[in-house]
Amino acid sequence: MSTALEPRRFFLDRFALDERVLEDTIGTAIARKADFADLYFECRTSEAFVLEEGLVKKAAKNVSQGAGVRVVAGEKTGCAHTDDVSVETLRLASQTARTIADGSTAHAPVAVRAARPSHDLYALAQAPLTAALDEKIALLNAIDLAARAHDPRIVNVMASIGVEQKIVLIVNSAGAVVGDIQPLVRLNVTCIAEANGRREHGTAGGGGRVEFSFLSEGDRWRGWVKTAAEQALRNLTADDAPAGSMPVVLGPGWPGVLLHEAVGHGLEGDFNRKGTSAFSGRIGERVASPLCTVVDDGTIANRRGSLNCDDEGTPTGRTVLIENGILRGYLQDRLNARLMGVPLTGNGRRESYAHMTMPRMTNTFMLAGDSTPEEIIRSVQKGVYAVSFGGGQVDITSGKFVFSATEAYLIEDGKVTRPVKGATLIGNGPEAMTRVSMVGNDLKLDEGIGTCGKDGQSVPVGVGMPTIKIDAMTVGGTQA
Amino acid sequence: MSALTLDDIATLLLRGARQHGATAADVVVAEGDSLMVGVRLGTVEKVQRARAKHLGLRAFAGARSAILSTSDFTPAALEQLAADAVALARVTAPDPFSGLPEPGELAGAATSLDLFDPAVGQVTAEQATAWCLEAETAARDADARITNSEGAEFDAGSHLVVYAASNGFHGSYRSSSCSLSCVPVASQNGSMERDHWYSAQRRLARLDSPASIGATAAARALRRLGARQVGTAQVPVVFDPDMAGSLLGHLAGAVSGGAVYRGLSFLAGKLGEAIAPSFLNVYDDGTLADGLGSKPFDGEGLPTRRTPVLEGGVLSAYLCDTYAARKLSRRATGNAARSVGDSPHVSPTNFFLPAGTTPARELIASVKSGLYVTELMGFGVNATTGDYSRGAGGLWIENGELAYPVSEITIAGNLLQMFRDIEAVGDDLVMRRSICAPTIKIARMTVAGS
Repeated sequence: MSTALEPRRFFLDRFALDERVLEDTIGTAIARKADFADLYFECRTSEAFVLEEGLVKKAAKNVSQGAGVRVVAGEKTGCAHTDDVSVETLRLASQTARTIADGSTAHAPVAVRAARPSHDLYALAQAPLTAALDEKIALLNAIDLAARAHDPRIVNVMASIGVEQKIVLIVNSAGAVVGDIQPLVRLNVTCIAEANGRREHGTAGGGGRVEFSFLSEGDRWRGWVKTAAEQALRNLTADDAPAGSMPVVLGPGWPGVLLHEAVGHGLEGDFNRKGTSAFSGRIGERVASPLCTVVDDGTIANRRGSLNCDDEGTPTGRTVLIENGILRGYLQDRLNARLMGVPLTGNGRRESYAHMTMPRMTNTFMLAGDSTPEEIIRSVQKGVYAVSFGGGQVDITSGKFVFSATEAYLIEDGKVTRPVKGATLIGNGPEAMTRVSMVGNDLKLDEGIGTCGKDGQSVPVGVGMPTIKIDAMTVGGTQA
Repeated sequence: MSALTLDDIATLLLRGARQHGATAADVVVAEGDSLMVGVRLGTVEKVQRARAKHLGLRAFAGARSAILSTSDFTPAALEQLAADAVALARVTAPDPFSGLPEPGELAGAATSLDLFDPAVGQVTAEQATAWCLEAETAARDADARITNSEGAEFDAGSHLVVYAASNGFHGSYRSSSCSLSCVPVASQNGSMERDHWYSAQRRLARLDSPASIGATAAARALRRLGARQVGTAQVPVVFDPDMAGSLLGHLAGAVSGGAVYRGLSFLAGKLGEAIAPSFLNVYDDGTLADGLGSKPFDGEGLPTRRTPVLEGGVLSAYLCDTYAARKLSRRATGNAARSVGDSPHVSPTNFFLPAGTTPARELIASVKSGLYVTELMGFGVNATTGDYSRGAGGLWIENGELAYPVSEITIAGNLLQMFRDIEAVGDDLVMRRSICAPTIKIARMTVAGS
C-alpha cells in the first residue's frame, strides 16, 4: 500500500541514483552567483475511462516521469528538464539551467536533509489508482443506465473517470528535501437531451484527493447524473437570454469561478511584482464591497485544489486576499515573494516537471454572509439567476473578466421564473466586486472538477461561494 | 541509454503486443527538443531547455482496445507496457466500429512538405535573447504611453514522430516550429491595457522581423487606451482576421465527424445543405508546404489531403478519422490526430477560408454604426446548438471609420445564423496559424453593454 511509499526512496530506486547525486546536482546548479536552485522529480501515473453510447469505449493509462532543474538569480530563471533521468542528464540539466547566473563556478555539494510536509491532507486507506478496474467500469455503466432511466428524452450519455497519483520530490539549495504523494479522482457526466427537433446538453461531476469509493458514497454520482440530466432537459425549453446591464444573482458553489477570474488571477504575485495587474500596488485599498472576504486555502482536507506542499516544497496555507472589501494580500511563489520582500504563501505550482513554477491559486472562495438565498432572490425586480458555469477568462491588466453561464434563469418580481440559454457575463474585476450588495449564508465549495489554465499550464483548483447578488453586470444574451 | 532507434522501439512494441495476444496494435513514438527564452524590461527573464520523448501503444483484443503511454523507455517498462495494454483492453466493451484502417487506405512513401528546418534547432539562447530584446525595445520605444511590459518570448521546437501499425504502416517525419511574441502594456490616466502580437512559422527565416512584431504589439495595446462600454444594440460586426479565425475554429469543431456522430454539433444532419452565402468556400488542407497544420500522413497512417468543407456555401464534407467515418458511413478524410496518450480523434489540419476580393478597409467603410472585433474572451460557445455569447473588445465603427476603442461588452448570436449572415469577406488572408480566415463582416449580432 501507498503508506509504505516514501518519495525520496521511490525516486532514488526508480532512477538508480544515490543521495550524493542529489547533493551534487543541486551543488552544480547553485555553483554560480544564484539566489537559489531546486530539483523537481515527478512520476505521475494516470488512468482514464470513457463511456459513450452505452459502451466503455476507452481505457488509457499513462506514466509521465522526469526531473526539472531550476536556477534563480534576481529576476532571472534558468530551467532544464529531462524525462531520461540519470546522473549524467541531471548534471547536464544543472549546467544548462545555471547559464542564466553570472560569476565563476565554485562547485560544492549541498548537504540535504529530509523534511516532512507539515500537512497530511489526503492520507487514504486505498489509493484511487489501485481500486479495481471492474469497479471503475461498473460505475460508468451504472451512470449510463441511471441517466437514460431519468427521462426518455435523454438520448445519449458520456461519462468519464480520471484517476491519478503524482509522486513528487523537491530538493532545494537550502538543503531541504520534501516529498509528497498526491492522489486525484474526477468523474464527469454529460447528458444529451432531444425533443421536438431541439438538442441540448448538460454536464456535472465531482471528485477530489479522495478514495475511489468517494464517488459512490451517499449516492454522490447519482446526484451528478441528476444534475446533468435536468440541466440538459431544462435547456430544451430555455428562452433566449437577455442582453444588457442588470442585477445578477449567482448561486452557491461552482459560480465561485467569478472570484477565480475577477480577483484571483489579478492577485497572483508575478503580475503584481511586475505592476501589470489591475490590482497592482493596491494593498490596503478598498477593492470590493465590505460584505466580501475572499481567501485562498490550500489546506482543506481532500479537496481537489489542496496540497500538502506546493511545488517548491513550501507548506500550503490560508491566505486572506480580501478582508471586508479591503485588499490584504497576494499569492506568492518563492521568486516573487523574495523580490517583493514578503512571506511565502505556498502557491508556487507547476503543471509538471516540464513546466516553470508560477504563483497559482489552490481553493479560492468567499466567506459566508448573513442573507438567506431567498431574501437575495426576493430583492431583485428583474435580473438573472445563474447557477452553473462553463468556465471563464480574465485580462489581468485591464481587469476585464468573463464567465459563461450554462444554466441560468430569469428573476421577475422577486421570483425565479423561466430558464434562459447560457450567456457570457462580463465585468471589470476591481469594479464588479464593489457592486456585491448581498452575500448569502450558504457558502458551498464546488464539487471538485475545476482546472485552471495560465500561460499554457493546467493545474487542479477549487472555488466556492455563497449565493451573492451583484447590483449590475453586463449579461451577454441576444434579447436586447 | 539504449541504442534503439525510435523505429526499433515501435517495431518491438508491435511485436510485444502480438505476443501478449493483441489482434492488432499501433504505436506512436515522439521525441522533441525545445528552447524557450523570455526577456522583460531589457534583460533576460527566463531560459528553458528541454528534451522529451513519449510513446503510446494502442492494443486491440478483437473489438476491444486500450492505450498505454509512458515517458519511461527502459526495456523493462516497454516489455510491461505491451502486456498491460492487452490486459487493459480486455476490460473495455467490444465496439464493432473500432479498429485500424484498411491497408489500401494507407499513405505511400512520405512526400516532403518542408516541415523541418534544421536552423530552428540550432538557435542559441544568445540569438533568441537578441531577437526578444529587439522586439521588446521596438514596442517600448513606440510611444511614451508604453509604460510597462510583460516581455517578449522566443520558442523553438524540433520534433520527430514515428507511427507504426500492425496493418503494415510504418512512417516517420520531422518537423520544426518557432515563434516570437511580445506583450507590451500601455497606460493612460491610471488605467492599463495590454495586447500582444506574434509570428509563428515552421522555418526560422520566415518569422516576421522582431521590430515589426514589437511595433505591431505596441500599436495594438495603444489603440485600446480609453476604451469605453457602448449601449446594448443589434449592429453589424466586423471580425479582424485573428477573430474571424476563431469563427473558423468553431466551424472546424462542428464539421468534426466525432462531434457529428455524438450529436454534439449544430451541423449534424446538415450535409448537402446551404449553410452560408454562395460566395463562401472553406477548405481543410494538410498538404500545404510549410503549413503549421500540415503533415505527410495522419494519426492513423492515412495520407493527408485537401477537403472542401464548404463549397459555394453548401456543407460538403465532415472531417473524419476511421472511427467517425465508420459511424457516419463515410470515408476517412486523413484528419485523425493522435497524441501518444489518447486514441485517434478528428482534428483539422490547415483549415481556412480563402481571401475574398474586397479590401478589408472597405468592409469597415461599409458600416454606419457597428463593432470591429479584435478580442474575444471566454468559452461561451455551445457546440451542440451553435448558441454563441462571448466577451469582446475592439473599436467602434462610426460612419465607416474606426472611431474609438470599446471593451467590457459581449457579442451574441447563433453560429448557424452568423454564417448565413456573413455579408463580405476581406482580401487579407495570411496563414498565421493552422486555422485562419481573412476579415469577415456579419450583417447583425447583439452587442450587450451598458
